Amino acid sequence: MSKLISLTGNDAAAHALRQSRPDVAAAYPITPQTELMHKFAEFVANGQVDTDMILVESEHSAMSAAIGSSAAGARTFTATSANGMALMWEMLYIAASSRLPIVMPEVNRALSGPINIHCDHSDTMGARDAGWIQLFCENSQEAYDTTIQAFRIAEHPDVLLPVMICYDGFIISHTNEPVAMLDDAVVAKFVGEYTPARKLLDVDNPYTFGPLDLPEWYFEHKRQQIEAMRKAPAIIEAVGKEFGALSGRTYEFMEGYRMEDAEVVLVALGSTCGTAREAVDVVRESGIKAGLLKLRAFRPFPIARVRSALSKARVVGVFDRSVSFGIEGGPLYHEVRSSLYGGTTPVLPFVYGLGGRDIRVEQIAQAYRTLDEAAKRGVKERDVEFIGLRDA
Amino acid sequence: MSKLPSWKEMASGGIIPKGGTSHEKDVSGWRTYRPVHDMQKCIHCLRCWIMCPESAILTKDGKHAGIDFAHCKGCGICAQQCPKKVQAYTMKLESEFKKG
Ligand code: SF4
Ligand code: SF4
Repeated sequence: MSKLISLTGNDAAAHALRQSRPDVAAAYPITPQTELMHKFAEFVANGQVDTDMILVESEHSAMSAAIGSSAAGARTFTATSANGMALMWEMLYIAASSRLPIVMPEVNRALSGPINIHCDHSDTMGARDAGWIQLFCENSQEAYDTTIQAFRIAEHPDVLLPVMICYDGFIISHTNEPVAMLDDAVVAKFVGEYTPARKLLDVDNPYTFGPLDLPEWYFEHKRQQIEAMRKAPAIIEAVGKEFGALSGRTYEFMEGYRMEDAEVVLVALGSTCGTAREAVDVVRESGIKAGLLKLRAFRPFPIARVRSALSKARVVGVFDRSVSFGIEGGPLYHEVRSSLYGGTTPVLPFVYGLGGRDIRVEQIAQAYRTLDEAAKRGVKERDVEFIGLRDA
Repeated sequence: MSKLPSWKEMASGGIIPKGGTSHEKDVSGWRTYRPVHDMQKCIHCLRCWIMCPESAILTKDGKHAGIDFAHCKGCGICAQQCPKKVQAYTMKLESEFKKG
């Protein structure tokens, strides 16, 4: 039985974490993640969850403590945003290469500088090659559901990779929305016990953790990480399906909106997808066969699935909420264009919403019209179009 | 060296999957200096045995019994720790032993 209650994205994620019964949490506060850890700390203080909280002195320490705890055999999570994750940087790679199933809500916020506390995806996009699974959420419900699924995905023996749950700062983290919460017992059963094959606290089976990995070995260890990422899509899908049977909300790798006959398609991540659905409806009124492809996973990136989802499109626009300096378009654009390599469909880049700049239905509707026009004029390539920038 | 395993055969996560494996590894190539021990001078106080970071000082019946040169890295701590009045160690360039 699930009940509908009003929760912010942060509170929803905190409940999901509580219900997943982690052994250890190590975190340091940073806006807009702070309220998530407030809420979780309250659960610990009230005895509603039996988790050891490690209050560390920085995010570098948070991830280091999480690594130690996970290696010891404990189900472990941390949470952060933007500069907090930037301070974790070297430890992100160590968590992934040590194959530790740490779960981390990452509340998307623009990386300084100039200093800004609002949403964009520059923080998580910078960490795309750290070896973490990255799942994006559209709203509080997805933040809740994805956090629960993250433990199952991370801890699966074929995967054993850390998982980042990315949700938009303030837009999701601080906005109250109705969220259907599952019963504690139902989540506990779904997530299950964490029984790692190896743990440092198992003193009868000693092994060395974190030794020097010289040229004869390092390459092989990277190949193993690549293999885990290749196996992850099937697990992400299976867990999403199983979660659907439980909750009525099935999660796939991506979600299309009015894609059946869509010719002008936008690809986007996160909360903007909700706004884009409205825009699809608006421009469909004027005869544009618009559609939306919402991606859930950025890593692993579902190249074949994206290619098949976009196979009927006449033109594709990609919405990036971050930039890659020195090349046109953002990271999502480059992956989508790579997915369509060899085809003739034009893929055109848009950048929007940096540092929390608002994005509205009419602006996305306009992007659909621009794409439609570009397709009619036979545009194959152009520089990035900035949405909502003064004097763009 | 014997054939190294493929990535499919290796333990994941960069670990060394069992204990005691440093015993199997010959690190004698790390040495620049070799401790040469004089059993005549030695008073068997075993300070060097306590302090050697590689556990390379061998003992038998509570007495110094030579050096495990497969694991001695030539740091010279044993020579430093040996009582001043005893000075049972002389550190010699490893290259001197390779001549001829
Ligand atoms: S030189 Fe260093 S490693 Fe070698 S026996 Fe002496 S203390 Fe041990
Ligand atoms: S410290 Fe010197 S005297 Fe003592 S056991 Fe070692 S070599 Fe012998």
